[in-house]
Amino acid sequence: MRDVAIVAFAQSAHRRRTDELSEVDLLMPVLHEVLGATGLKANEIGFTCSGSADYLAGRAFSFTMALDGVGAHPPISESHVEMDGAWALYEAWVKIQTGEADTALVYSYGKSSPGRVRDVLTRQLDPYYLAPLWPDSVALAALQAQALIDAGDTDEGALAEIGARNRTAAVDNPYAQLTGDVPAGDHLVHPLRTGDCPPIGDGAAAVILAAGDAARALCERPAWIRGIDHRIEAHSLGVRDLTDSPSARLAAERAGAFDRPVDTAELHAPFTSQEVVLRKALGLGDEVRVNPSGGSLAANPIMAAGLIRLGEAAARIHRGESDRALAHATSGPCLQQNLVAVLEGESAHA
Amino acid sequence: MPDVLSAPLVVEFPFTRSLGPVQSAFLTGLRERTVLGVRADDGTVLVPPVEYDPVTANELGDLVELAPTGTVTTWAWNPSPRRDQPLDTPFAWVLVRLDGAGTALLHVLDAPGPEAVRTGMRVRIRWAATRTGAITDIACFEPYESEPDQAEPAPHTGEFADPVTGIVVPARLDYVHTPGRAQSAYIKALEERRTVGERCPSCRKVYVPPRGACPTCGVATAEQVEVGPRGTVTTFCIVNIKAAHTANLDIEVPYVYAHIALDGADLALHGRIAGIPYDQVRMGLRVEPVWSEGARHVDHYRPTGEPDADYDTYKELV
Repeated sequence: MRDVAIVAFAQSAHRRRTDELSEVDLLMPVLHEVLGATGLKANEIGFTCSGSADYLAGRAFSFTMALDGVGAHPPISESHVEMDGAWALYEAWVKIQTGEADTALVYSYGKSSPGRVRDVLTRQLDPYYLAPLWPDSVALAALQAQALIDAGDTDEGALAEIGARNRTAAVDNPYAQLTGDVPAGDHLVHPLRTGDCPPIGDGAAAVILAAGDAARALCERPAWIRGIDHRIEAHSLGVRDLTDSPSARLAAERAGAFDRPVDTAELHAPFTSQEVVLRKALGLGDEVRVNPSGGSLAANPIMAAGLIRLGEAAARIHRGESDRALAHATSGPCLQQNLVAVLEGESAHA
Repeated sequence: MPDVLSAPLVVEFPFTRSLGPVQSAFLTGLRERTVLGVRADDGTVLVPPVEYDPVTANELGDLVELAPTGTVTTWAWNPSPRRDQPLDTPFAWVLVRLDGAGTALLHVLDAPGPEAVRTGMRVRIRWAATRTGAITDIACFEPYESEPDQAEPAPHTGEFADPVTGIVVPARLDYVHTPGRAQSAYIKALEERRTVGERCPSCRKVYVPPRGACPTCGVATAEQVEVGPRGTVTTFCIVNIKAAHTANLDIEVPYVYAHIALDGADLALHGRIAGIPYDQVRMGLRVEPVWSEGARHVDHYRPTGEPDADYDTYKELV
């Protein structure tokens, strides 16, 4: 296996609306910033991979327009996933492992403001038994939250504390959308209150990956990807134990997360109740700093929020604030699919 | 928001899916007020049934019939039903394990309020008055005090007269589209019958219509440049198929659709050519726009009568 690191990370400020910005307008400054951090030009990058979903803004082939912001000339080696950018990062990591590239640009963006995201996300569900009922994303998360409450894993007060802890941490995050003292609010779908749910907003993120000496040349303290894996569970909610996440646990195991303790974890848990599931599945105790960025309860640009977890964890390693971090991304209803990466700074294993 | 246009955008489509044999039996069964499950390799009865075993991935087909009663395994109270959800009064989302089943079905429960709902409560199916072979043939569940039916589910052939073999699920998503700064400026200029592109600060090329970024250099374009109105046909095709779209029904075939490089633009846009027999259109033909009455777009381009442009003047744009 080649040693591959995240060497740079950038993100936009995440906002409820960005009417004045097209998707490429939203993305381009982030691309310039991440390239600028390494000094690389777009045509010096070995592989480019992005993640986004046209349904969010209702704009067909928006990812081809977004490529305008990269400057795909002369023609570049490029790919796209209709998933969170964390999975684009996985594809780029595989590409580098094959030896076909030494560097990769990974980006993702989500513009949820033009549509009604709770309705939009129903269209990713099983078209036979689920989609005709239009079960929205908050409703499905609420079914999971009630299952956790019934199992004695949490209660509404504990969920509110999770929201408060994340948004307090986000006060130090200049890119976050919802920070500080946020009221628990009314039940949106019982037992979840507005405070248990992520803000809806627009945003973009990008990272650069590099292998071996290229990574050392581009970054003072690269965030080495010691392991990365993703696993998926059955789509049907009724066959799953919603209080557990065997897919997250298995991905973490295969990424080597349980070999040694991590000091930091960035979890992609858009709903407070999902942090409960992930802490349990990943065995994270109180000694681990969970979501120092505020996580996706503070900013949840869909399709970018998972990549941001990888970027935030890497940035902590770049700054010397973490030596070994776990980054997690999720996709699908109720944590159906989970990706886990373990990142390390060089001194951690010297 | 100054200078940014917005407009409603509706994305609407019928989602048409064929059914596998297990799904067909289940949905046809619902039409006949019969609930079927499928037995998995480990003996568990799966409801709703699936074609393949979730653990072993083996093909499944051992169908059984279940009672329309069951137990809520988790729930979530929805105080504000959304447009296409099954009930238009506040309801509970529920996962229900039907008696005899090992897995739970997602649906909704008609109940007076959240205080009337709890995990473990007994419910039964309320059938829709009109049933077509869809999950919505179950109108909802309703509270129903009863002892769980302990009987082993009986085998069922899954055979019905006139089985459902496919579903059509209408889907509609509503957006408010904003095209962003560059395209807003372009559209606003069209209102004055002007075509305005944007110049790349790096390579100096002028893009029409502008998309806000230079696709070659990957930098923002901002300097607005009026181009045209005249231009040159760089390449074209002859269309022999009559348009199906109602807006184009008046256009007789064959007609010519062309790439047109407006004077001053570094990217050809496309449009219809008229005012000249279709078989006389050629590369290099000089054309000008004919604007639609009462609409802010060009209806078609017609010859200006100028001499044809020299190939070298537009070869980069072919």
